[in-house]
Amino acid sequence: MDRSTAAPDHDLKSYLTGFALALALTAIPFALVATHALPKLTTLVVIAGAAVVQVLVHLHYFLHLDLRSTARANLLAIVFAAILVFIMIGGSLWIMLDLHQRMAM
Amino acid sequence: MSAEAYAASGQQAHDEPDVLAQREFGFWLYLMSDAIIFGLLFATYAVMASNTAGGPTGKTLFSLPNAFAETLLLLFSSITFGFATLATKSNDRVAALRWLTVTFLLGLGFVFLEIREFYGLVQLGAPPSRSGFLSAFFTLVGTHGLHVSFGLTWILIMAGQLIAKGLTAPVASRLLRLGLFWHFLDIVWIGIFSVVYLPGVL
Repeated sequence: MDRSTAAPDHDLKSYLTGFALALALTAIPFALVATHALPKLTTLVVIAGAAVVQVLVHLHYFLHLDLRSTARANLLAIVFAAILVFIMIGGSLWIMLDLHQRMAM
Repeated sequence: MSAEAYAASGQQAHDEPDVLAQREFGFWLYLMSDAIIFGLLFATYAVMASNTAGGPTGKTLFSLPNAFAETLLLLFSSITFGFATLATKSNDRVAALRWLTVTFLLGLGFVFLEIREFYGLVQLGAPPSRSGFLSAFFTLVGTHGLHVSFGLTWILIMAGQLIAKGLTAPVASRLLRLGLFWHFLDIVWIGIFSVVYLPGVL
C-alpha cells in the first residue's frame, strides 16, 4: 500500500490516469473482436498483450504496487505467487496439450 | 495520567502501525493464495475450452455486449472504490460512504448481469453438466462472481461500521484491505474477458 505522503491531488491524478489507461486497454481488444478488423491470430495476440499491460496498470495505479514504497515482504509474496502460478498454469497446459497431440484427439 | 497509563498508551501508539502492516501482509498472503486458485481455474478452462461434447460453443453462447457491460461496471467500481480510499485518507467519512455506495451499486449491477447470463445459458440448454467446456466456464466465472458477492457483503459491513463507529484507525485499515480485495477481483476479471469471452466470441 502507498504510504507516501503525496498530496491527495497527486493520488487522484494517479487513479484517473490508471482508469483512462484501463479503459483504452479494454476498448481496443473488444473493438477488434467486434469489428474483425484484424486476422484472428493477430487479434488474439493483441488481446493477450492488452490484458498483460492492463494487469500491470491495475497493479500500479489501483493497488499502488511499486518497487520502492511497497513493503519488501509483500513484494516477495507476490513474486512467489507469480512463480507458482507460472509453473502450475504453464505446466498444466504443457502436459495437457502434449497429451492432446499424442492422443491425436 | 499515571505513568503506567502513559506507558500503555505510548506502547499502543507505537505498536499500531506495525500491527496494521502485519495485517496488510497477511491479507496479501490470502490474496496470493486466491490468485493461485484462479490461476488453476484458468488452466482448467484453457484445457477444457475445446471439449464441447457436440454441445454449444462459446461463439453461439457468449454475448459481447453483455461481457463489455460487465467489464465497464467492474472498471467503474474500481475507480469509485479508489475515490472512497482517497476520501478515507483525507478523513472525509461522508464522501467515503457516498463512494462506497456507488461502488456497491456498480458491483450489484455486475452480479445481476452475471446471474442473468447464467440463467439464460441454462435456459438455452447449456448448463454446467452439458460439457467439459461449460463445467469449466461456470466454475471459473462463478467463482469470480461469488467473490464479487462476498465483496458486496463486505462493503455493506464496512458502510455499517463507518456509520456506527466513524472513521477510526481500525475501520480505515479494514477499508484499505477491502480495497485490495476489490481491485484484485477486477484484475481477475481482466483475465476472464481476455481468456473466456473475447477468444470465445472470436
